[in-house]
Amino acid sequence: MTEHSYNFAYLDEQTKRMIRRAILKGVAVPGYQVPFASREMPMPYGWGTGGVQVTAACLTPDDTLKVIDQGADDTTNAVSIRKFFQRTAGVAVTEATTEASIIQTRHRIPETALSAGQILVYQVPIPEPLRFLEPRETETRKMHELEEYGLMHVKLYEDIARHGTIATAYAYPVKVEGRYVMDPSPIPKFDNPKLSNSPALQLFGAGREQRIYAVPPFTTVVSLDFDDHPFQPTKAPHDCDLCGASESYLDEVITDDQGGRMFVCSDTDFCQTRRASGHIGALGVPVSEGDAA
Amino acid sequence: MTALFQLDDRPLLSVKGLTKHYGSRIGCADVSFDLFPGEVLGIVGESGSGKSTLLSCLAGHMTPDQGQVIFRTTDGPRDTVTMAEAERRRMARTDWAFVHQNPRDGLRMGVSAGGNVGERLMAIGGRHYGDIRAKAIDWLGRVEIAADRIDDRPRAFSGGMQQRLQIARNLVTGPRLVFMDEPTGGLDVSVQARLLDLLRSLVREMGLSAIIVTHDLAVVRLLADRLMVMKGGHVVEQGLTDQVLDDPQHSYTQLLVSSVLQV
Repeated sequence: MTEHSYNFAYLDEQTKRMIRRAILKGVAVPGYQVPFASREMPMPYGWGTGGVQVTAACLTPDDTLKVIDQGADDTTNAVSIRKFFQRTAGVAVTEATTEASIIQTRHRIPETALSAGQILVYQVPIPEPLRFLEPRETETRKMHELEEYGLMHVKLYEDIARHGTIATAYAYPVKVEGRYVMDPSPIPKFDNPKLSNSPALQLFGAGREQRIYAVPPFTTVVSLDFDDHPFQPTKAPHDCDLCGASESYLDEVITDDQGGRMFVCSDTDFCQTRRASGHIGALGVPVSEGDAA
Repeated sequence: MTALFQLDDRPLLSVKGLTKHYGSRIGCADVSFDLFPGEVLGIVGESGSGKSTLLSCLAGHMTPDQGQVIFRTTDGPRDTVTMAEAERRRMARTDWAFVHQNPRDGLRMGVSAGGNVGERLMAIGGRHYGDIRAKAIDWLGRVEIAADRIDDRPRAFSGGMQQRLQIARNLVTGPRLVFMDEPTGGLDVSVQARLLDLLRSLVREMGLSAIIVTHDLAVVRLLADRLMVMKGGHVVEQGLTDQVLDDPQHSYTQLLVSSVLQV
């Protein structure tokens, strides 16, 4: 299966070594953005070039890879990255969260709790949480250095002043281990609590911006908030229409042009697993019948 | 009880031999002065005389080549030139304030008026939205901006209002020393007059010490207790404001005073 004209996992060994160094530094300083010499990848920026490089540097031939895009295993981004590593590394792939040793993700954390030994790799478009508040990179680095994070709260203040609540729903800023403020990549704030004290290693790669950062296992990650406006993870107030789950993050799917819509789990593996074990939502059908149809 | 009547005779800010060169050119040279609590010092001079360089060095925006800037912190006198940057920046957010000539330099134009005033509070650890907002409304009132403008962005404000907002944003943490770089520049005369009035009452009320850089002699006549005249990077004359303006000794000061148009 492997195309032997490529080195294992596409990148050459020196590049992987350079990336691993950046990863190790990131793990040593949780939440700190480590610069690295990002390579051109055979896919456009914005398609997960940072995540792909981190994954390539972590992969071993024994690994089992899972790739998710907005929770789903079967959308373009997920399928193309999974195929990429199948061709260039020949590793086993899976859609089951529990069976994967490395999970590359775009904008979601799986619903199924991660376990020790797993690596979750995030694709990050903009690693700097202060970017849109302070455009000067020299200044934001200084602010990280001196722990001047008051500005982050100005953003939350503006949210409350304008909308009555903290309206930031994704890429919600967090503080890692009481030190660095970090952009958790555009995951919904529903997923923020899962960042904290996870037994899995979480790595973040931003290809265009050339930054890698990490949250090691069992690290405290706190979402920023105000005393009188505490952080609240939000989701659509529904149950999944396919599997009936009430605790998972939902996608709204428009089904016709008459206002018809349904809410389904954004994590397809989670939804599939529940349906296979007999859970049925309001609009769902048992798995066996669905397969037949 | 006697302590109440004792004048504080220790300087708040003591500057010794401050020098800044831009390559071979002089920015400012060998400037020394003391500033006492509650005192307003005016620095006047023509364009290019080193006023702004001096102010930037004092406020820590630039590092001087030589000299000391000793500020009396709550833990005793400290040289702000040699202190750690983290500490200096913390002081710039709490004990100091800097009012820019152009409010666009001192305000966040994309953030509402309330957010602008609240930024310093949040920077020093304010984490209660209600308290921050209440304080912002209070300060907008003090600088004569209507409370219902709190959620408007500074873009929607007139030049005078922007300047008043900048002042509120700076004074909200109760600083002890305010640096002002031409605070009335670019405003029309009636707005200038109101701003001066406001500044004067705030300075008196809060017992602020201030250093005001300007080329407008009317501003220093109204606000400043003492005056320093600069030319070519050097201080050529200093003394009480009225004394310097009414009886200028140095030829440049005489020229400056006589250049003012009498209406």
